[in-house]
Amino acid sequence: MSDTASAESKKLPEFALSDLSGKTYSFPSGRPALLCFVKEDCPTCGIAMPLVEAFHRAFSGGVDVLAVGQDAEGNRILAQRHSLTCPMLDDSALSVSFKYGFDSVPTVILADGGGNRLLEFSGFVRDDWKDLSARLAAMSDRPAPDIDWPSLPEWRAGCGSKAVEPGVAERLEAEARGDRMQARRIELGDNEDVFEFMFERGLTDGLPVVPPTPERVAWMLTGTRRDPRDIVATVPPNLAPLTVEKVAVNAVMAGCRPEYLPVVIAALDAVCTDTFNIHGVMATTWGATPVIIVNGPIRKRLGMNMGIMALGYGSRPNATIGRAVKLVLRNVGGSRPGDIERSALGAIGKFTTCFAEWEERSPWEPLHVERGFKKDESVVTVFGLEAGSRQIADQTSRTARALVGSLGLGLEACWHPKQHGAGEVLLVISPEHADTIARDEWSKSQVRNRIQEVTARPLRDLLPDEDSGEGTSPRILGIKEPTPEQLAQQVPKFRSPENINIIVAGGEGGKFSAIFAGWVSGPMGSSSVSRRIEEMP
Amino acid sequence: MKQVIVDPTDERVPIRRSLASRSGSITGRVALLDIAKPRGDVLMNRLAQRLSERLPAVEIRRYRKPTFTKPAPEELRRRIAEESDFVIEALAD
Repeated sequence: MSDTASAESKKLPEFALSDLSGKTYSFPSGRPALLCFVKEDCPTCGIAMPLVEAFHRAFSGGVDVLAVGQDAEGNRILAQRHSLTCPMLDDSALSVSFKYGFDSVPTVILADGGGNRLLEFSGFVRDDWKDLSARLAAMSDRPAPDIDWPSLPEWRAGCGSKAVEPGVAERLEAEARGDRMQARRIELGDNEDVFEFMFERGLTDGLPVVPPTPERVAWMLTGTRRDPRDIVATVPPNLAPLTVEKVAVNAVMAGCRPEYLPVVIAALDAVCTDTFNIHGVMATTWGATPVIIVNGPIRKRLGMNMGIMALGYGSRPNATIGRAVKLVLRNVGGSRPGDIERSALGAIGKFTTCFAEWEERSPWEPLHVERGFKKDESVVTVFGLEAGSRQIADQTSRTARALVGSLGLGLEACWHPKQHGAGEVLLVISPEHADTIARDEWSKSQVRNRIQEVTARPLRDLLPDEDSGEGTSPRILGIKEPTPEQLAQQVPKFRSPENINIIVAGGEGGKFSAIFAGWVSGPMGSSSVSRRIEEMP
Repeated sequence: MKQVIVDPTDERVPIRRSLASRSGSITGRVALLDIAKPRGDVLMNRLAQRLSERLPAVEIRRYRKPTFTKPAPEELRRRIAEESDFVIEALAD
């Protein structure tokens, strides 16, 4: 038994519940009240019920005595079994039980007329109930009922409250947040198929989506501490304000779990910056997409794939986080194929491109640490790159120099082999390749410089000619009419070594690495952006 | 039971704008907006030349986006609206 001390913890949540006849009871009512939370399948509640009924008969002139039942059918059974005259209030929705926060039933709460808690106990301790009887007698100025106390057990443990059953607590938490949801609700016709409805309204990426019911969206919102009404970003091309709630709706559709939501939010925050320029990434006739890389502790907490098939399929967080970002860009931002999204060919990576770096398998600092974050921070980095990776095979190089040379020659194919002066790319080095490079203790910087060396060609060889009409325009080097000396000038593939982003991921067997080619890179196009991910307990 | 879903879109209804009335003649100021794709200037120069030949009274003003990858900056759009009666936006590649 506990008499609560602080004034703050004394104030009990208000409620209005109906009894079995439909009559509504409000708490507080102005009169002192005894609340007894019970459920039918709890034997200890069965011991308590006759006492609650006796208290009601004895004290209801001065104190409201109310049973509060946790399941609709059970409430009726309890009322019959104990021939109750005491009101049996229906909390089968468990919203009051959840707000009151107790773990077991029966839980008895005595409150004054203003709704302040005077006393609370759970389970059955005979002396507690006996003292309660005396206290109610004093409060109501009426004699205590005649109860055969010695016939009752001294002590019986209570049973678990229905509000803390697995799955229920999460639903109730979700509903509590639901009050702050503002997005429009769409009611479907009686015979409408929700999956077909979402296809017909153009709300999907061509694959079925999980219907975003209010319950699922509320559940998704448990993944963040942010208010559903918070604005995450303004999404081009519609320049539409993006609320946390709208992210959650699309995350449900994509198949995310709530714990993925902070990654989706951080990725969208990054994507919708002027630096990243998602308008251009989506609108280009080239096939670009946000390539999303996750670093830090959250990778493991979400079970993200960074090993076998990291760039492929089969991992729920990898697949659905990237898909959620794309669905937001479509549904909130207005990027739809053939509309603003105008890639001539597209690529399968436009559905979703998201994976994690295998930091533990890398000989180098992980991507987010290179970019100024702490190792134990969770970070998402978005790149505006080609919507699909290609692989570079090298099964025979045994030195860093030879292997990196191969990777460089593979990278030269980005855009077009003769187009040099390129911007950002992403090189995903597999563990076996990383081991070969690590044996010679090469730094990332050595890798980048070597790639620049092996790809450097005289400008003369890069000019468009009869064998290949595409090439490197001297203009991008600031040259109008190249002199013979300028034609002999060596031009590396990338504008700067820093344009070559390097991470480690993939299965431990297989001497293959992968590249994501770029799009227009830098201030005139898109530059990569990193954002810290909100940490949830 | 009625099925209810939460709207995943931005919930905005596009503003419907009607076309401006056609006067049948081009007079005043015409903006030529180059979106800055390679060789867009070649096309625009040719357009400007042909327009001047056919419509000598028309004043042609030239504009260029800083980059084709991004929407025209607000300031540029405002300037074009203030300074022109017609806009021709074009690209080449």
